Amino acid sequence: MILSDLVTLLEGEVLFPEADLDREVPCAFASDMISDILMCTKEPTLLLTGLTNNQVIRLSDMIDLIAIVFVRGKKPLQDVIEMAEERGLPIITTKFTLYRCSGLLYNAGLRSCKI
Amino acid sequence: MRVSAVVRSEVMPEYRFVAEGFEDAVRKFEEQKPEAEVKTQFVIPEKDFNTAGKGSSELKNLLKRLGVDSVVLRRIAVASYEAEINVAAHSKGGIMYSTVYDDLIHVRFEDEGPGIANIEQAMTPGYSTADDLVRELGFGAGLGLPNIKKNSDAMRLVSAAGSCTKLEFLIYFAKIS
Ligand SMILES: Nc1ncnc2c1ncn2[C@@H]1O[C@H](COP(=O)(O)OP(=O)(O)O)[C@@H](O)[C@H]1O
Ligand SMILES: [Mg+2]
Repeated sequence: MILSDLVTLLEGEVLFPEADLDREVPCAFASDMISDILMCTKEPTLLLTGLTNNQVIRLSDMIDLIAIVFVRGKKPLQDVIEMAEERGLPIITTKFTLYRCSGLLYNAGLRSCKI
Repeated sequence: MRVSAVVRSEVMPEYRFVAEGFEDAVRKFEEQKPEAEVKTQFVIPEKDFNTAGKGSSELKNLLKRLGVDSVVLRRIAVASYEAEINVAAHSKGGIMYSTVYDDLIHVRFEDEGPGIANIEQAMTPGYSTADDLVRELGFGAGLGLPNIKKNSDAMRLVSAAGSCTKLEFLIYFAKIS
């Protein structure tokens, strides 16, 4: 699937307008713990998380994130949105819970990221 | 005074790890001390989570420009970031020193204490003394040191209660066959 399909499926809101939604999403990982997320060193991945602080964007300097989905209606502060924008990293927020998002995406055929 | 300091440093507990297959390469590196291609330094202030991670991010950019493979790059960045966060989260601040060689990188972190009382325990997955502020940011899973070990070809952690902590790791740019 591409990012725009995912936005539709999760009824998401894209947090900055110029985000590239044509990106192919090969796999996904979901966690609220930074050290867990850092296990994704093998391939580029989508991240689903409830974390919205600047370190979650900083993570995308270390591992390759296709995009970040903030769950449970969470929205980062403007300076964090700007950090994502500077990096060209699409960020999306959805009202759905982490569990529901993961289920929806899994059913749509999105596989887990290799760790 | 000096003598006792030397004695104390001699008994400073340390944890050492060398990945399987890298024993000879690491020994050779330690004996020969090849010439460095690039050296960088980065200051890591205590509990500053705006700055924390920038050193590792810059290091990754530098290595990317030097043409290091992307999977190896991610391993280096993750090991470095976990170590950088540990200095910011658990110490009074410190410095990150990176040295790039022809075929590997050596990254060393030295902080101003308070040190680690039990290194074995600190290396155990899930063990963490992170405070609430640090946990709220998503840190404190107790997986940082294990993550550094997992991504490194060699690592060394030297510390004791009341001392500074030194952590260093080596990562080769290509597989050693
Ligand atoms: N630089 C350091 N200075 C003091 N203590 C440290 C340092 N690095 C790690 N530690 C100790 O080791 C524990 C485990 O570290 P780590 O595996 O990175 O997990 P976490 O950072 O999530 O707590 C920390 O909670 C802390 O008690
Ligand atoms: Mg840690």
